[in-house]
Amino acid sequence: MTEEIDKALARKYEAGFVSAIESETFPPGLDEEVIRKISAMKNEPQWMLDWRLKAFAAWQEMETPDWAHLNFPVINYQDISYYSAPKSMADKPKSLDEVDPELLRTYEKLGIPLIEQQMLAGIAVDAVFDSVSVVTTFRDKLEEAGVIFCPISEAVHKYPELVKKYLGSVVPQKDNYFAALNCAVFTDGSFVYIPKGVRCPMELSTYFRINEQNTGQFERTLIVADEGSYVSYLEGCTAPQRDENQLHAAVVELVAMDNAEIKYSTVQNWYPGDEEGRGGIYNFVTKRGICHTNAKISWTQVETGSAITWKYPSCVLKGDNSVGEFYSVALTRGKQQADTGTKMIHLGKNTRSTIISKGISAGRSNNAYRGLVRMNPGADKARNFTQCDSLLIGDQCGAHTFPYVESRNPSAIVEHEATTSKVSDDQLFLCQQRGLDPEKAVSMIVNGFCKEVFKELPMEFAVEAGKLLEISLEGSVG
Amino acid sequence: MTSKQLLTVKGLQAKVDEKDILKGLDLDVKPGEVHAIMGPNGAGKSTFGYVLSGRDGYEITGGEVVLDGKDITEMDIEERARAGLFLAFQYPVEIPGVSNLEFLKAAVDAHREAQGLEPLSSKDFLKEAREASKKVNLPAEFLKRGVNEGFSGGEKKRNEIMQMLLLKPKLCILDESDSGLDIDALQVVAEGVNSMRDGERSFIVVTHYQRLLDYIKPDYVHVLSDGKIVKSGDASLALELEAQGYSWLAEMREADPEEMHREVSE
Repeated sequence: MTEEIDKALARKYEAGFVSAIESETFPPGLDEEVIRKISAMKNEPQWMLDWRLKAFAAWQEMETPDWAHLNFPVINYQDISYYSAPKSMADKPKSLDEVDPELLRTYEKLGIPLIEQQMLAGIAVDAVFDSVSVVTTFRDKLEEAGVIFCPISEAVHKYPELVKKYLGSVVPQKDNYFAALNCAVFTDGSFVYIPKGVRCPMELSTYFRINEQNTGQFERTLIVADEGSYVSYLEGCTAPQRDENQLHAAVVELVAMDNAEIKYSTVQNWYPGDEEGRGGIYNFVTKRGICHTNAKISWTQVETGSAITWKYPSCVLKGDNSVGEFYSVALTRGKQQADTGTKMIHLGKNTRSTIISKGISAGRSNNAYRGLVRMNPGADKARNFTQCDSLLIGDQCGAHTFPYVESRNPSAIVEHEATTSKVSDDQLFLCQQRGLDPEKAVSMIVNGFCKEVFKELPMEFAVEAGKLLEISLEGSVG
Repeated sequence: MTSKQLLTVKGLQAKVDEKDILKGLDLDVKPGEVHAIMGPNGAGKSTFGYVLSGRDGYEITGGEVVLDGKDITEMDIEERARAGLFLAFQYPVEIPGVSNLEFLKAAVDAHREAQGLEPLSSKDFLKEAREASKKVNLPAEFLKRGVNEGFSGGEKKRNEIMQMLLLKPKLCILDESDSGLDIDALQVVAEGVNSMRDGERSFIVVTHYQRLLDYIKPDYVHVLSDGKIVKSGDASLALELEAQGYSWLAEMREADPEEMHREVSE
């Protein structure tokens, strides 16, 4: 089978094209002046600039974290450009008709038509291209329900009170190195507010695309679900195939007020680099949500892209009876490295959390689960269940599990299960003997392994995720 | 159908891990026939099934295998399967999370594609699958469960027969399908096989014991020993073996000084 695995390396990345779009891009480099320029480009109020500068000052005092099971060269932050936007966006197109058709074609090629008539009914999309939001669809329909869904750069102007109140309330500026950097230089992203008692009438989604060379993408997403409301949010991302590494450092903050529920799903397909590990996105992301009384936050992620993934979507279970969930599939192949997992911080009574993590390693990749479950003294009768399964394809990859458990409340219960398995020759032989070709067999076995997570995804995404695994594994057996 | 051969195996030699296991095996199977292959442990019975189906690591070093007029020795595992060769496993493996239905549909469609047919509609497939599960006495809920996931030994074997019913192969090889089965399960397996006997489909039943042959009546019984068929006969040979055991094989070899010398040196 080893020989067959070697062929895995001849894979294709379908989103690897570059769009010919004239952009206005800052020269590489990072200092206070660059941050002032970003803020000026967005015509930001003083309070926003001050917030950025404060974060920048903090970041300069911080150091890159080195505790993850990852290996990468020192990133030179002066080599990166911190802002890039299509020129056609400079005069803010008022409607889709005014948007550069090349931009629309790019999204269409990625399978995300932005013309509302062609879209899947029931999904509103915010399309972020390099540093700016290009289009947000179905806004009128959402406004009828009182739902706010817009680029965060617009929310700063239109809803300053909401932004001021919640931005940085879940992930503080100094939370970690990459979060601090994001606070200083974030360019765009989505803002969502669901009013009290409203069930958001459609799925909301943001599609991130990196196009420009040598730019970093630093997006910021803030979702606030007020009391008793519900929202399901999807996030997708791709980037062109290039030999250089590109940095993506995002921050996502979720606030679920009393009795609210947020379901956040990600299909991450940034360019993973080639089989020798050249190129690919460095994906350093901070995602965290806070749950008030009886609230629920559910993270589902399918991570197939990026050269490096460093990502731990977490829940702070502050309110009594609140619920946190984390469902993850992380696939690494070639020389990809992933260190991903979650943190469940139990503060309130009767809080519950579930962690289901599926790691799949192929080629010469390394895949680590890192998770923390903390039961604080006040977390009476809190419960956690964790299940971590690793699947190895071939004999040159690695799977690692780093579970941390801190229990300071004797009535809390923490359960942890972990397994490691291989796609066995016996399984492959059975499938082939029944007439399936080996590639179909491997993708079926892997899909079966991921089933518990896929069933948590909204349907269209589940199909996409399944296909993505199929493409990713294409040629993984001979 | 009388003179046509479904399977011709001539002078088949094969090795596993550099060790010669099959050493010149001959077998002719006509359409509709049931051949039983018996013999002591280590004779190469299971190897024969794996070699026919093309499993990796089972290397053919000589001889030929012709299925339905086609030389299959260079074909991939899945090509042989689609050409009508089915192997029912002695120890069916589990595939967690992949439902039986999904697995079977993919297998049936792969067979149909090879025959230039469109995939079955989900509705038609479901109907066929339900009938098949009924035949082998597996409750329909097993169709929704993962392939062999958490099945008992008997359920796994019945699941194999269900797959056979759906794929409608030309040649079925049953590898020790009776091992670990109680009488009831044995009967279900045998009934499944017998229901598929239509005068065209052929069976090779590999077994250590005679009892399965009480339920599946073979046309021929062959004794495999040290990689070769050393004796063939009709169904009565199986009864003879049951009474005598396999010790006479050793005597037969002892009568051959060259064979004996080899045995000692091993």
